[in-house]
Amino acid sequence: MSWTPADPMVSLKNVHKSFGDLKVLNGVSLDVMKGDVICIIGPSGSGKSTLIRCVNALNDIQQGSILVEGQEVNDPKLDKLELRKKVGMVFQQYNLFPHKTALQNVMMAPIRVLKQDKAQAEETARGLIKKVRLEGKENAYPGELSGGQQQRVAIARSLAMRPDVILFDEVTAALDPETVGEVLQTIKDLAEDGMTCILVTHEMAFAREVADHIYFTDRGVIVEHGPPETFFQNAQDPRTKEFLSQIL
Amino acid sequence: MTYKTDLPVMLPMKRREAEPFLSLKMWYILPIALLAILGPNLVVAQSTPESQSPIAVLLNWAPLLLKGFIFNLVISVSAMALGTFVGAILGLGQISLFAPTRHSSWFVTQFFRNAPWLVLLFFAMFLLPFEINLFGFKIPFPDWFKAILGLSLPVMANVSEIVRGAVRSLPSGQWEAAESLAYTRLQTLWLIILPQCVKRMLPPWMNLYSILTMATVLASIVGVNEVMTLTGQALASEGGRPDLLAPFYGFVLLLFFIYCYPIAKFTVWLETKYAVIS
Ligand SMILES: Nc1ncnc2c1ncn2[C@@H]1O[C@H](COP(=O)(O)OP(=O)(O)OP(=O)(O)O)[C@@H](O)[C@H]1O
Ligand SMILES: [Mg+2]
Repeated sequence: MSWTPADPMVSLKNVHKSFGDLKVLNGVSLDVMKGDVICIIGPSGSGKSTLIRCVNALNDIQQGSILVEGQEVNDPKLDKLELRKKVGMVFQQYNLFPHKTALQNVMMAPIRVLKQDKAQAEETARGLIKKVRLEGKENAYPGELSGGQQQRVAIARSLAMRPDVILFDEVTAALDPETVGEVLQTIKDLAEDGMTCILVTHEMAFAREVADHIYFTDRGVIVEHGPPETFFQNAQDPRTKEFLSQIL
Repeated sequence: MTYKTDLPVMLPMKRREAEPFLSLKMWYILPIALLAILGPNLVVAQSTPESQSPIAVLLNWAPLLLKGFIFNLVISVSAMALGTFVGAILGLGQISLFAPTRHSSWFVTQFFRNAPWLVLLFFAMFLLPFEINLFGFKIPFPDWFKAILGLSLPVMANVSEIVRGAVRSLPSGQWEAAESLAYTRLQTLWLIILPQCVKRMLPPWMNLYSILTMATVLASIVGVNEVMTLTGQALASEGGRPDLLAPFYGFVLLLFFIYCYPIAKFTVWLETKYAVIS
């Protein structure tokens, strides 16, 4: 049975994960279709980061199944490199390589990992830097850029690998309020281009605007999910209601 | 910039000043050495007129002693090069994902790091043959070569710790970012981790080199013709005049100071420079 674009691009079934004795994920299931933007929200420590880090095998899981384009991630024989070429990731702390310029950060992986032609990779990288509205900053080092600018370079770096899906882990949480908007705008542009995105975020207004589907997690389970309108206006579970009342 | 290590060599130079002799500066060695060289002349001037003044005797011997000192430097540079090369490999072994490699690298590092340098030197001196037979060729192992091997062992162990400490001191986010971009582990190390570590490794590595240079005089104990050995021989052939002791050893002190002090200064400068950047 081979995967077709009509099947979910990412599909989690009954995923269990614990760190030692600490159970972090207790049976999570969710499906993400191609072109979907899903947002995962929930209180701190509820396992959101762990959840998305399992998708690109930064964390392994003890039980359950994670399919990315039909490829099983919970498999000892998994080719992690092949998986990670399909799944991009953007981190809260940007994690740019500080000894490389913005342009080098973006074009290094296509050259070294995808073995792209250097000139072509550079052209693509320049295009991506323009796309995230950082023209003129190609030769700046990460240390010379603001948090928001660094995060946009990080998004461009991830895009340069032409992933099929990108994971965003609270990518605006470390930013100054003034620069949050520019990063959210960049993600919104991506979403409109049809990129499949899985976002962990605390930006409710943003989630409401861009998400196709919202998942609320608490203590390692998905408590409630639905399209943004119903989710925000018609939450059923008391835990969701309480969380939303605190945050809105 | 902090290293997770208990290795004194890896602690920043500056911290050493905050010890009991708060106001004692490294350059104070300069007047002490000069006093040792010049002082005895003042006394001798009134005593025996027929013998040469200590400073004149010292000047006669200075070219030979200088040659001996250069030999010390050759030993130090060679031991450093060898120790750094093997130590870097050992340090990478310590962060290997393959447990047997990691554990054995750790053991070798700890073993040689916690052994007195002189003992390691003796080991190299007396356990290595004076020549080895390789495919019918006789390759001689002169004493100075064994001294280099012996001194490179502690260098190796310390470099191994410097490498491990520097790699550990990088935030894990760098590894994760590289992993999620599908770099192999080797690429991650080579392109992302190690280039960032060089800056962090340079100051402790240079401290280690200073210590090694000063430790090369240990080779005199095992009879290598370096500066201390030659100084002893020179003093003996001058008939063991006690007024020569201070000038001669003061001279040796001065040579080491002139060589090591700029290195120490440069190390401190590097540390402050990189501390500002990172
Ligand atoms: N590598 C790890 N080792 C041990 N425990 C961990 C590890 N990573 C996360 N945890 C624990 O797992 C739980 C869930 O962490 P996780 O980071 O997934 O939460 P989160 O929902 O992303 O929280 P936040 O909103 O604060 O980012 C926490 O209790 C955390 O302490
Ligand atoms: Mg998190």
